[in-house]
Amino acid sequence: MKKLMILLLCLLPTFSYAGEAKDLATDPVLEKRMIGLAENLRCLVCQNESLASSHAELAEDLRREVREQMSKGKSDQEIIDYLVARYGDFVLYKPPVKSYTMLLWFGPFALLLIAVGVLVFQLRKRRQLLVQESELTPEAQQRAASLLNEEDNK
Amino acid sequence: MMRFILPLVIFLVLAGFLYKGLHLDPHEVPSPLIDKPAPAFNLPQLQETNKQFSPAEMKGKVWLLNAWSSWCVSCKEEHPVLMGLAQQNIVPIYGLDYKDKREDALMQLSQAGNPYTLSVMDREGRTGIDYGVYGVPETYVIDKQGIIRYKQIGPVNFQNLRETILPLVAELQKK
Repeated sequence: MKKLMILLLCLLPTFSYAGEAKDLATDPVLEKRMIGLAENLRCLVCQNESLASSHAELAEDLRREVREQMSKGKSDQEIIDYLVARYGDFVLYKPPVKSYTMLLWFGPFALLLIAVGVLVFQLRKRRQLLVQESELTPEAQQRAASLLNEEDNK
Repeated sequence: MMRFILPLVIFLVLAGFLYKGLHLDPHEVPSPLIDKPAPAFNLPQLQETNKQFSPAEMKGKVWLLNAWSSWCVSCKEEHPVLMGLAQQNIVPIYGLDYKDKREDALMQLSQAGNPYTLSVMDREGRTGIDYGVYGVPETYVIDKQGIIRYKQIGPVNFQNLRETILPLVAELQKK
């Protein structure tokens, strides 16, 4: 009887552990999906940390919220929309293409185009200069010819 | 000549951007809730826990919703400003006691004074999430139709009160 009691008591911690962990992750698949989504979301408090890695209290609350909504069967997009409605596009690490983010998305390509344009313009200008320099005036040609002849006559 | 002007122009543009950046606070995240209806809630009151409060009761009035907490240091900084505002009876201030213990919150109010018409308890911070609260204190100006018109991130002080909040309140009250 005593042995049975000890055995039962030994098993007790495993049960109580299961009870506590339930709150965090009932389902490892769901937890993985939550972390996957939260990695692309920004923690509002620390700003340079993702929602998945932040230890801020708000981040914990938001992870809880995401977890709950996932277990209710909401899609990732619905959860993202929910967060954007409350915290704005700022929560997204990848900002959406909108009229006021055009500069952000396409600005670098515009700069690249301008740079290539300037480069082509400069190269053309330089080539023209080289061509002009290589063309000799008639007097210069005569001088060159006479110089060459002198060289031959020696 | 161009050789000198172009770098100078680029320098001036860059310096302009950097100067502007000095005065921007990256912690101030613009709220998407401006000009949207204040999210509904129904929460127990801090003092009389058997009573509830919902923003729907405030239809027809301009009011302030101030998210605060006893553990928040900047809230203590803004507290005297709110006390002063409450005494002037210009606009009612309602408190959202965010993720706080009731005893601590009551203690804070009995020690420093209570500027709130009433406070509600948001124990788990869910209403805070609905309002996009990411750091107390935050204060919302809500108009007669229940639309959020302004969000003050960080403490209310005499300057933002005088320059922004009170003129807006006066304008909204006239409508």
